Amino acid sequence: MQDKPKSLFEKVWEAHEVGKLSDGRSQLFIGTHLIHEVTSPQAFGMLRDLDLPVRYPQRTFATVDHIVPTDETNEPYSDSLADAMIKELRKNCEENNVTFFDVTSGKQGIVHIIGPEQGITQPGMTIACGDSHTSTHGAFGAIAFGIGTSQVRDVLATQTLALSKLKVRRINVDGELAPGVYAKDVILHIIRTLGVNGGIGYAYEYGGEVFDNFTLEERMTVCNMSIEGGARCGYVNPDETTYEYLRGRNYAPKDWDTAVERWKSLCSDPDCEYDDVVNIRAEDILPTVTWGITPGQAIFIDQSIPRPEDLPEKDRGTAEEALEHMSLEPGKPIAGTKIDVAFLGSCTNGRLSDLQEAARYLKGRKVADHVKAIVVPGSQVVAKIAEEQGLDKIFTEAGFEWRGAGCSMCLAMNPDKLIGNQLCASSSNRNFKGRQGSISGRTVLMSPLMVIAAAVTGEICDARELFEIGRSAA
Amino acid sequence: MALEKITEVSGTGIPVMGDDIDTDRIIPARFMKCVTFDGLGEYAFFDVRFNESDGSPKNHNLNDERFSEASILISGANFGCGSSREHAPQSLYRYGFRGILAESFAEIFFGNSITLGMPCMTLSRKDLNEIAAKVSEDPSAAIHIDVLNRKVSVGGIDYAADIPESAREGLIEGRWDPIAELLETSASVDKVAGTLDYVSS
Repeated sequence: MQDKPKSLFEKVWEAHEVGKLSDGRSQLFIGTHLIHEVTSPQAFGMLRDLDLPVRYPQRTFATVDHIVPTDETNEPYSDSLADAMIKELRKNCEENNVTFFDVTSGKQGIVHIIGPEQGITQPGMTIACGDSHTSTHGAFGAIAFGIGTSQVRDVLATQTLALSKLKVRRINVDGELAPGVYAKDVILHIIRTLGVNGGIGYAYEYGGEVFDNFTLEERMTVCNMSIEGGARCGYVNPDETTYEYLRGRNYAPKDWDTAVERWKSLCSDPDCEYDDVVNIRAEDILPTVTWGITPGQAIFIDQSIPRPEDLPEKDRGTAEEALEHMSLEPGKPIAGTKIDVAFLGSCTNGRLSDLQEAARYLKGRKVADHVKAIVVPGSQVVAKIAEEQGLDKIFTEAGFEWRGAGCSMCLAMNPDKLIGNQLCASSSNRNFKGRQGSISGRTVLMSPLMVIAAAVTGEICDARELFEIGRSAA
Repeated sequence: MALEKITEVSGTGIPVMGDDIDTDRIIPARFMKCVTFDGLGEYAFFDVRFNESDGSPKNHNLNDERFSEASILISGANFGCGSSREHAPQSLYRYGFRGILAESFAEIFFGNSITLGMPCMTLSRKDLNEIAAKVSEDPSAAIHIDVLNRKVSVGGIDYAADIPESAREGLIEGRWDPIAELLETSASVDKVAGTLDYVSS
């Protein structure tokens, strides 16, 4: 008799389940552990207090991303707190034989960009990291999720975690995206549709024609923001696109054919049952921007800022708070809102393809006089390739500042911050109050192309109109 | 590592109402430039409590003397959404909170809080609003979180409160931090590792 059809999530979970704990949770083996300077030092401290070694040091990989300055490379950093953090991570990695992609390695970058880039991230793995955007790695068909620092300790000490199994929601996006509509718009639309807490208790399995056609980097953009919809992990079943992306990378399996066969067997069975299924039509998605203080407070670029009274009762309180913080007028179109800063980067949209697409349209144009514009490559590798392709010149000639790799203004733990109530057109993932380093700072999330358009015109606008996208063929 | 069995939490409450109160709100990222969790308590809800311009206290419950002894936080839906930073529940715990009542919790925040032994109970919006109103009127009103029987009592009235069974079990049995149990199974862990090509090769 055939086994019951299973989803990739179930297969990977079962392959990694060590057993059941007394509280009913599973003990899950974590095959790949990624760490960075913000959420790991306390975990190493706990290990020292408990006199425990790192159990599988070869399965933990480290980098520094949150606090690194993007305009300063010499140490000690002028921020002594940041300097202490990088030194602490370096020491912990050395003492525990953990591979560290340090700033001098040429491979440093945002942890969710370098894992895939080095080929560390692979289908069928369980991956954990003390960072909620670990969901990014699901783009390869891995079960990847963010954890707290006590859990970083658990992984370091035991290579396992205590976890409750998630339900699986399949999200199909079928049809074809219109020109000028990007992966970022897809995930902002999904979050807007299902809510910022709609994914609590679920893993999101993304599929359908749009995902079949997406590049790996586009899949990463979507999986990255699963957590903004409340889903701790999100994934796409691996396919030829996945295997081609990984082939030849530093940490790709040596026995390649065997690995690919194994990866194929892990895909969700065609007739498996999901706990929930959501169908979205690609044609219904337009360039999307946020207007509020949660990633779910989003509208299409041609829509007006909502009036709280038109929203469901439960959403009104947060909407009123958001409108006050954003100083936006309900009923007015979002297009035409003046911006002060343009930020292109982050683990959501700081990969090579994001910079290439942005540069393609930016070439020969100028950033509006009143706009401060920065582009922060997601990794040193991204920066190097981009420079080889001359993208840095396109950005700097347009008036963007070309920076070093890091998280930068996504969460402003380094010197890149908004000032006062500046409004930032941002390719990052969170528009929470204060997120970009100023308490009264304002963030509008959008795709890289929309960031470029806003930088050029100085206001939030429809990139398709500015760049005449999707017109010429008509 | 015997842990305290947390079957109940008693104290007074403070309403910090609103939905989607995120981890950046609970502990702004600039306070995470540290290598220990020590001292995070004073930064809990920092930007909610103080004015940006001159650092003066805002007119907020968290600055209201009447709530200075509060150890139970009352909030809305999707509390703790956003980042995985354990700095968020660590700062709340170190500020003095020992339990949180909300309509729902973000998953990572919830897990981090339970691992610190800080029960997070979900209640209906209606009941939360009623509890918040009572506490606002009488900040000294005793709140009793009964983890064992899944209820919260305020001023002699019981409210149904939920918590996932695994978290309830961990709290009441004194196993809310799983490290001891995870360490017990190292032979089985190695066995699973041996079956995974990418780990063993």
